[in-house]
Amino acid sequence: MLAFLADHLGAFANGALITLQYTAASCLFGAILAVPIALMRLSRRAEAFWPATAYVFFFRGTPLLAQIFLIYYGSGQFRQGLESLGLWSLFREPWFCAVLTLSLNTGAYSSEIVRGALLAVPHGEVEAAMALGLSPLQRLRLVVLPRALAAAWPAYTNEIVYQIQATSLVSIITVMDITGVARVIASRNFAFYEAFATAAAFYLAIVYLVILVAKRIEKRLHAHLDEVESVGKRIGGP
Amino acid sequence: MLDLKGYGWLLWDGVQLTVMVSVVSMVGASVVGMVAALARLGRCGALSLLVEAYTTVVRGIPELVLLLLVYYGAPTLVQDLAATFGHKVVVSINPFAAGIATITFIYGAFASEVFRAAYLNVPAGQHEAAAVLGLSRLAALRLVILPQLFRYALPGLGNVWMVLVKATALISVIQLPELMRNADVAARATRMPFTFFLVACLIYLAITLASMWGQARAEGWASRGVVGGRL
Repeated sequence: MLAFLADHLGAFANGALITLQYTAASCLFGAILAVPIALMRLSRRAEAFWPATAYVFFFRGTPLLAQIFLIYYGSGQFRQGLESLGLWSLFREPWFCAVLTLSLNTGAYSSEIVRGALLAVPHGEVEAAMALGLSPLQRLRLVVLPRALAAAWPAYTNEIVYQIQATSLVSIITVMDITGVARVIASRNFAFYEAFATAAAFYLAIVYLVILVAKRIEKRLHAHLDEVESVGKRIGGP
Repeated sequence: MLDLKGYGWLLWDGVQLTVMVSVVSMVGASVVGMVAALARLGRCGALSLLVEAYTTVVRGIPELVLLLLVYYGAPTLVQDLAATFGHKVVVSINPFAAGIATITFIYGAFASEVFRAAYLNVPAGQHEAAAVLGLSRLAALRLVILPQLFRYALPGLGNVWMVLVKATALISVIQLPELMRNADVAARATRMPFTFFLVACLIYLAITLASMWGQARAEGWASRGVVGGRL
């Protein structure tokens, strides 16, 4: 096992870098998608509500693997159309389809987190913002969103952790992330449990490192709440 | 209408296997989850630590990696171990067993969290009342705690089920002919990948919808004796 690690640690580290890149890219695009989708889901206008709801229902109700196949292999069925649009050079690339699918997938899940957080903003704060004469857009930008996004962070941390693990599926369409590297090394060296156990250890390390960092950020986001608590203690204490 | 070029029956076979694998895994995960939750809540420190380690590890490793570890890793590990003791054996697992074992193992951890939370939701007064009635610990669990526990656990278990069904698609990677795998076969044979993967997606959506309906019914049934009804 030690000899195995010495030989292949570099390859796994490269895979880890790829895994982190796919996670970061898809979480970024997913988060950008999440806010407008959540707002559309809360809208009273049918033309905003229904497309967003259908999108969320589809991407949350089907397996990620099916979505990846639908976009990566499925795009081949529309090759001529995509070629005439100049998009084929993108859709034939595994990395593009992987990032696209992962982003659309996490965007759907994240939008539900944001929606929940938006609904949890106390109505009094919205009324206060109205009383101050803020426009609807200002209310959203200055009062509701900052509050909701801070409240959404703990749940969003979970989504990031899922996303790290979800990226392992891109290995099926030949991307060399941690899982992809493990599969190649395993079959080349006939070292199956060594390779997959090493991959598992890499994921565990990344996941719990990310959770650690996320907890730190959570503390910062809720720093104002900590302060109130400590003031209360100072007044109440001996 | 949609032309499946005669591959509809192949998809139907896949659906049946998907549902079967899901149901077997869900039953397994519920049993594992129940036992793990009891161990976690019990008074034995080592056992509860072991269960905590189990849930921690499962939450941090992708399902695909665990599946590959079970399907390819476990047989070779056994062979290597046997070789060090001077035995030559050839071990292999079939995709069906490896898939069910992996999904059960993963979702057992999630189910145990559901059961633990549900147990903690049962008011302390119920335990005390059972004790006052002179019920033994086992009788109290069976007659008083479990029926109430299931009511609290149902929403969480419904959630686990819906995620689990989607997770079974991964078993297609080790060539189990379930829905995803058969859609792949049909897609390659007909060169209509978009059509077949879309149909597969719609079938998963249909299973999700049916599950949501079933869950609502089940929750209504579990709350039948409660004033004010549903949670």
